[in-house]
Amino acid sequence: MIELRNLSKSFVTAEGPVDALKRVSLTIHDGDIYGIIGMSGAGKSTLVRCINMLERPTDGAVIWDGTDLGKLSKKEIQQVRHQITMIFQSFNLLTQRTCLENILLPLKLTHVPRAKARARALELLETVGLPDKANAYPAQLSGGQQQRIAIARALATNPKVLLCDEATSALDPKTTHAILDLIRDINRTMGITVIVITHQMSVVQEICNRVAILENGAVAEEGEVSQVFSNPKAQATKALVYPDVAKGMEPDAGENAQNVRVVFQGNDASKKPMIASMAIDCQIAATILSATTRTLNGKAYGNMLLRIPGGPDELARAVKYLSAEPNVVVQVDAEYTPEEAQHE
Amino acid sequence: MNNYIATYYNADKLAKAWSVIRSDFLRETCTTLYITLVATLFAILIGLPLGVILVTGDQKGIRPLPKPLMAFLNGFINLLRSAPFIILIVVLMPITRAIVGRAVGNTAVIVPLIIAAFPFVARLVEGSLREVNSNIIEMSLSMGATAWETVFHVMLPESVPSLITSFTTAITTILGYTAMSGAVGGGGLGNLAITQGQQRYNQAVLLAALIVLVLLVQIFQSFGTWLARKADKRIKE
Repeated sequence: MIELRNLSKSFVTAEGPVDALKRVSLTIHDGDIYGIIGMSGAGKSTLVRCINMLERPTDGAVIWDGTDLGKLSKKEIQQVRHQITMIFQSFNLLTQRTCLENILLPLKLTHVPRAKARARALELLETVGLPDKANAYPAQLSGGQQQRIAIARALATNPKVLLCDEATSALDPKTTHAILDLIRDINRTMGITVIVITHQMSVVQEICNRVAILENGAVAEEGEVSQVFSNPKAQATKALVYPDVAKGMEPDAGENAQNVRVVFQGNDASKKPMIASMAIDCQIAATILSATTRTLNGKAYGNMLLRIPGGPDELARAVKYLSAEPNVVVQVDAEYTPEEAQHE
Repeated sequence: MNNYIATYYNADKLAKAWSVIRSDFLRETCTTLYITLVATLFAILIGLPLGVILVTGDQKGIRPLPKPLMAFLNGFINLLRSAPFIILIVVLMPITRAIVGRAVGNTAVIVPLIIAAFPFVARLVEGSLREVNSNIIEMSLSMGATAWETVFHVMLPESVPSLITSFTTAITTILGYTAMSGAVGGGGLGNLAITQGQQRYNQAVLLAALIVLVLLVQIFQSFGTWLARKADKRIKE
């Protein structure tokens, strides 16, 4: 279990001090695939580097299985780094070494006997599906293959935790999918806890069970992925879950019309033509402003942004009608706070 | 122009030049190579670790050293780099005598050459090592490598092609410096060109020595470039 307690990190820059992390507290349980998501500059990379002490936190603690990592000596930290390993956006393979030699590097550092290390490295090449690339150089490999070698290298010392720093951000969607599958397999078969740093919503949806949304160095929201995504509360989460809102595509509510977000939390809701039946049953012709559906842990989730014409009366009827459906949550005017409305 | 050719390239001069070339050139070429290679070897032996320290000991390096120490090292290197070689030879005479027993001759030239060249090599090595991708260095630290393990297993292997290029630059520069060896009784092609060619007005010898020196530089440079390319695994076959 990894516990981050009130973790803060500030940097001194030419423009003055910058607070990259502000009192971040998270708990990551063994076996989790824990997503940390945020826009660029939110502090994700700093956060993940504090976990293995590549960055020393200014304040707060990182507790790993009861050990306060901030209190360890340099040498002890180096031991810990054999147990908490890392993969990167740019793969960071040694360009002048073969794949096999790259995987051997951490084994050299831990003084594993040569023959044993070689056997382990070959076994890992098998695990990541590249048994024929032992003597190839990284430049001869595709991005996805390079990340597989990097994963093999990160697994060489039998770590307990794998930190993935934007590990799929440089890859195309198909390769991303394959790499995420591999990471999920590793999590399941080897019981390695995985911490995934990403700015891609799809990555969190695909493999994480828990997620923390980071905004300006602080945790905006945290919880089970299905919970957080189906009913996002923080503005930062909404911006990630409903990118249409972030892009400013949501039109203003008009004088009388009201925006309503309909959230589906199960398969059934999407089977019925709800909007059409509302038009027939209630005589309310809602406009669909945006709609997305996504699959989380095998269940279909979705949300739809509707504009309900007419006054408060129509709105109340529409909300009542829509809420009557099973697995549907209706949020009235969810995106429009009173302050925002006053601006217009 | 005709006058120039008549004065310096008449049959008499050419005959003299040919006899000098036949009797001395092979020996003096070997002397030049001996001085160059030994001086380069030692300049690298001292300059390589020093270059590593310049990079790792930097305040932003992987093993920062005290600021005053780094300031001293940098100042010391700059000082040696700014002294003209011919001055360095004279100034270093007592040190040369202390190290190799005498202050004149071929071997005696090697000492000031090493002292003139190692700061240069250190700067070249510094440049090569700074080219290593900082992400790869971070990777090494993230897997629990110490600063020295990072130097030996990551920084040096990653910069091998660049280091070969740097050392090629060093050897050709040192080859140029050997021409001044005559000032302290050292031999070599440069000395031959000055004593036989310039001082005895035998331009043909001077020209021949120059051609051999140019050829040597070309050979070193071509070999170095070929080796660096061959060593670089980033280039796809």
